[in-house]
Amino acid sequence: MTSFLPKREALLVVIAAFLGLVVLPCLNAYVPPDSAFHVSNFTLTLYGKYLCYSVLAIGVNLLWGYTGLLSLGQALFFSLGGYALGMYLMLMIGKLGQYKADIPDFMVFLEFPARFPATAGLPPHWIPFKSFWFAAAMVIIVPAVVAYIFGWLAFRSRIKGVYFSILSQALTYAATLMFFRNDFTFGGNNGLTDFKFILGHEVNSPVTKRWLYIASGVLLLSVYLGLRWLTSTKFGMIQRAIRDSENRVLFSGYATANFKLFVFVLSAIICGLGGALFVPQVGIINPSEMGPDKSLEAVVWCAVGGRGNLLGPILGAIGINSLKSYATHAFAEQWPYILGALFVFVTLFMPKGIIGLPEQFRELRKKLFGKPAAETGPVAQPVSPKIP
Amino acid sequence: MKSFKQSFLALAAGVVMTLTTHAAETVKVGILHSLSGTMAISETSLKDVLLFTFDEINKSGGVAGKMIEPVIVDPASNWPLFAEKAEQLLAKDKVSVVFGCWTSVSRKSVLPVFERMNGLLFYPVQYEGEELSKNIFYTAEAVNQQAIPSVDYMLAEGKKKFYLLGSDYVYPRTTNKILKQYLKSKGIPDEDIVEIYTPFGHTDYQTIVAAIKKFASAGKACVISTLNGDTNVPFFKEFANAGLTSENCPVVSFSISEDEFRGLPAKDLVGHLGCWTYFMSIKSPENTKFVKDFLGWVKAPKVSGIDYTVSGVDPKGRVTCSPMNLSRMGVYLWKQAVEKAGSFEVDKVRTALIGQKFKGPAGEVTMQENHHLVNNAFIGETLASGQFKIIKTLNGVAGEPFSEKFLGK
Repeated sequence: MTSFLPKREALLVVIAAFLGLVVLPCLNAYVPPDSAFHVSNFTLTLYGKYLCYSVLAIGVNLLWGYTGLLSLGQALFFSLGGYALGMYLMLMIGKLGQYKADIPDFMVFLEFPARFPATAGLPPHWIPFKSFWFAAAMVIIVPAVVAYIFGWLAFRSRIKGVYFSILSQALTYAATLMFFRNDFTFGGNNGLTDFKFILGHEVNSPVTKRWLYIASGVLLLSVYLGLRWLTSTKFGMIQRAIRDSENRVLFSGYATANFKLFVFVLSAIICGLGGALFVPQVGIINPSEMGPDKSLEAVVWCAVGGRGNLLGPILGAIGINSLKSYATHAFAEQWPYILGALFVFVTLFMPKGIIGLPEQFRELRKKLFGKPAAETGPVAQPVSPKIP
Repeated sequence: MKSFKQSFLALAAGVVMTLTTHAAETVKVGILHSLSGTMAISETSLKDVLLFTFDEINKSGGVAGKMIEPVIVDPASNWPLFAEKAEQLLAKDKVSVVFGCWTSVSRKSVLPVFERMNGLLFYPVQYEGEELSKNIFYTAEAVNQQAIPSVDYMLAEGKKKFYLLGSDYVYPRTTNKILKQYLKSKGIPDEDIVEIYTPFGHTDYQTIVAAIKKFASAGKACVISTLNGDTNVPFFKEFANAGLTSENCPVVSFSISEDEFRGLPAKDLVGHLGCWTYFMSIKSPENTKFVKDFLGWVKAPKVSGIDYTVSGVDPKGRVTCSPMNLSRMGVYLWKQAVEKAGSFEVDKVRTALIGQKFKGPAGEVTMQENHHLVNNAFIGETLASGQFKIIKTLNGVAGEPFSEKFLGK
């Protein structure tokens, strides 16, 4: 493949992509439902959801694991992307809502026709969302702009560490409260739901769901490869240098604030794209999705999977969410204890997460048997102090 | 060797037969209530009462001879997870019916799933109406079974000024919108109706209570409250501090039932009113039995007739309330409909449900063609014990989800 991927990893990526993007959808589409190899629509959509969560986790990890910025507000960007596409989906319902009206149901009962008489009840900023491409552009632009403004203010003022985390959490909490308000014109507490069509196709038909799943997989794959490339460049090296010792980078002549701002905006865009594909698959977006607890969940996925590399967050997001889906059904009343115990265990005994386990075992073996390890773990690359 | 083979075959056949007869004897029923997260405090009681009802039914022979086998999932107060769990119950567990949801947003989240997969959902909590799905049966109070009777009572008491206070979400918004139209039709002028919303978890009610005090200074005023959950504590504290009482300005709350008083200080609400289609204090043989049996059941919870362990039932300070009663009514109505239809198929059960009657703790309920109940409504006065003293009974109020129908537009 390309130079930034070691051969073994490239092979793994190809296999994973083939299994996820070709085999799984085929098992869903062409294997009869009574066969043991059939993948049900339910399962496929569930995986689609996990893939979107993985994209969110990668976004969190790009900031936390690679740049040392622990943002507790990435669910905001995920939700903003979701809302942008959700608005388009709401407008595509047409007259199929409860009120058989041209505008979405919540606009009818909130008496929007009286509030926005010039546009027959549709708030003016909703109108362009009738176009899919406009909505798709907004999926990228809205999170990027919000992240740019917030990041510019935060990084210019050299807000770092725990203060940055607290501020990012405050930002997402403020946004939640704002979206909860019915006057804010985005559906209040109920949010946006009961979608019917996307690009003229029934959003809930198995075929559409399958394509949405494939789209999520392609998104995850491109984000993975893109970031794998980015983090292998000199840019990525500076990124990690900022994480390890920002002052040294700063005194070496790099404008670290600009680097951080770029990474923050990039992460917001990635999260927004994940959110946009999440919404048509789960069928609802509402303000509680941007709550601080959702952002924290994504941080936990990264911690469990292992931060500082790209595979960890994917493993964490898919692993924990599969466990959650399973446990909320099989152990409906005990599952919070199971997941809680897992998190405590990981924090105490697996500081590098799932991905760091082989390395931990090697160290353990070394300690127990005193033999030098056969292989050595990845060594941190020294940062080159060259000025561009 | 032959005998071994034969006995093996016989054994295998025996296993298959027990498996099939076992499967034939039970019917899977889903429970979709949050057992963790913000809604757990309310929804756990509904899970408990559903298991209690399954136990009652199984003891008396089950549904059409089959034992109810509960499938409990925890959607964890997370609205997308509600949709996922609903689909799991319908697609994977293939349950015959689901009892669940508390908040409107959770119902809105699962509605497309039930419609797409042609499932059957019973929804038991008072709500704003303006919805009618062929796959949902609303044993819940519609606006005209709770809000309108309360306002009628206040008008009859000579109240002329109405302060509509609610949490900012769809149920208060819609209810108040309907109440405003209704009050106007009763000759209450615009300036005597105030509509105010506060965010979830709001704690600072000083300004609002001061405004209510001013509003009520001329007398003949009342507050219609759709405040939800914890917010009620600071509101009623501030209300009492300002010298307002149920005498000079009564508050009618739609979201506080006996079960909420397990977490709210009832003493701050004494004398204020509630309106539901069931109160624990109702005196009827059915209710006495229901309350006694349920309070006994929580001490040793089990579901008879099947191999099933019940866990997580808190026996302390338990009460019954309207959503619990309506959950239970739903199960009995579904049982009767299944037995009438002679089938668990959703389409047949749906048809058979229309017109089903059941004599419950609060009197007889009838399922109407609009998927809502004809039910008795009661207005109660809060006592310091967290119970309600019934001060007015309205018999046979027919639930109607769409406001234009009962507002006569």
